[in-house]
Amino acid sequence: MLKKTPLNEVHRKLGARMVEFGGWDMPVQYKGVIEEHLAVRGAAGLFDVSHMGEIEVKGPGALAYIQELTINDAATLVNGQIQYSAICYPHGGVVDDVTLYRFDHDHYLFCVNASNTDKDFAWMEEVLEEGNFPDVALRNRSDDFAQLALQGPAAPAILARLTDTDLTKIAYYHFYEGLVAEVPTIISRTGYTGEDGFELYFTPQAAEHVWNALLEAGAPDGLAPIGLGARDTLRLEMKYALYGHELSPEITPLEAGLGWITKLEKPGFIGRDALLRQKQAGVPRRLVGFRMTEAGVPRAEYPVFAGEREVGCVTSGTMSPSLRIGLGLALVETAQAAIGTPLQIGIRSRRVGAEVVKTPFVKK
Amino acid sequence: MEFPEELKYTEEHEWVMVEADVVTVGITDFAQDQLGDVVFVELPAVGTMVEAGKPFGVVESVKAVSDVYAPVSGEVVEINEELPDAPETINTSPYDDGWMIKIKLSAPAELEGLMDADAYQEFIEEEG
Repeated sequence: MLKKTPLNEVHRKLGARMVEFGGWDMPVQYKGVIEEHLAVRGAAGLFDVSHMGEIEVKGPGALAYIQELTINDAATLVNGQIQYSAICYPHGGVVDDVTLYRFDHDHYLFCVNASNTDKDFAWMEEVLEEGNFPDVALRNRSDDFAQLALQGPAAPAILARLTDTDLTKIAYYHFYEGLVAEVPTIISRTGYTGEDGFELYFTPQAAEHVWNALLEAGAPDGLAPIGLGARDTLRLEMKYALYGHELSPEITPLEAGLGWITKLEKPGFIGRDALLRQKQAGVPRRLVGFRMTEAGVPRAEYPVFAGEREVGCVTSGTMSPSLRIGLGLALVETAQAAIGTPLQIGIRSRRVGAEVVKTPFVKK
Repeated sequence: MEFPEELKYTEEHEWVMVEADVVTVGITDFAQDQLGDVVFVELPAVGTMVEAGKPFGVVESVKAVSDVYAPVSGEVVEINEELPDAPETINTSPYDDGWMIKIKLSAPAELEGLMDADAYQEFIEEEG
């Protein structure tokens, strides 16, 4: 039985095409992936991301616990700030990539990937029980939140029509608790599209009301509902990792280009020893962005060649709606990871030319 | 959604227009709608022999790769050369400008196995 967000019926009424995603029945597109993608880049889009999980950490030992659990340095956070981070296994593979919200020194909230929520929570409980954290309480609060992402250059102007909160004072990767369409909301200046925008958390009972209020307020700017199809092409153009593609238990954050959130100087976090060893020995493969130099659409799991040798594998690929060329991400041997390296992508029976390029693919 | 009466259809969602011993082949309005935005088309070379029920080309949307199957057997005598440069034509004009190949029939009796417009519409209603 697929799980449904509180907006499931709303999506169907809007004519969305629904697909199974991570155990959820989700809209993949309403009018078309390309049109929706370009709406977000050019104006604004509204995404139902209520399938994402939320896990709360409370208690005096919260920070010490989070420091052991995650690879980024949560001690640098101040109240109202958010951090992109990841949770690793002892061998360095990734349990999940997460955003971490600090409400207070003893109150944090993780936003985690939908399909990983139960796995993450079980892992977090295990770490809690095996560590010495008697004064930390964990709660899976995923059922308590609906979540919408309002993304695009017009997002601040649209949201401003529905809230008294001064949005100009919410910096990137910060949040504020205010009212949106009269509904108490966590207003977070985050997103996964590369555009300015917000992620909004509020009670599921208010989901339809807030969704409709936003679409109405944003109509003059061309605000459109956007499905998972465009969410994927948008994040891919920015080289943002997607769990199950660029991140997995078999891929370390150093390989996935997340060295910037891997704080090896931080003592004692799970996975640190393995990641330190990998760094010292030399990271064997790297995530690169590539673009096709010949006609073709790269897809996840296609093999990557350098000369006659197979040197890696595509993790995500698409025809870029913004650039109108085939592009993708691939894990390749480190020796083939330099910008400008010619590669070939195995597309069906052909080997099609590509080259490693700088990312993000789309400059914002 | 359109299903022109004069065409014949397959269960793999191709359409066939018969003109003497040469047929024109494309994918149906239903198929293009299911695929979404078409961004890449791969066609066989003229002169290729195709076999009924076997893939002759590929249509890719943003999200998916789909084989296109030959509705009948024969020789490819013409391809829509504009399609690879304008694959979105399959979305905008599936039965006209979005045609894919022309096949010279080697086994004309195969046409009898294809559906007419009514049968095809019933087929997709049952399938959907």
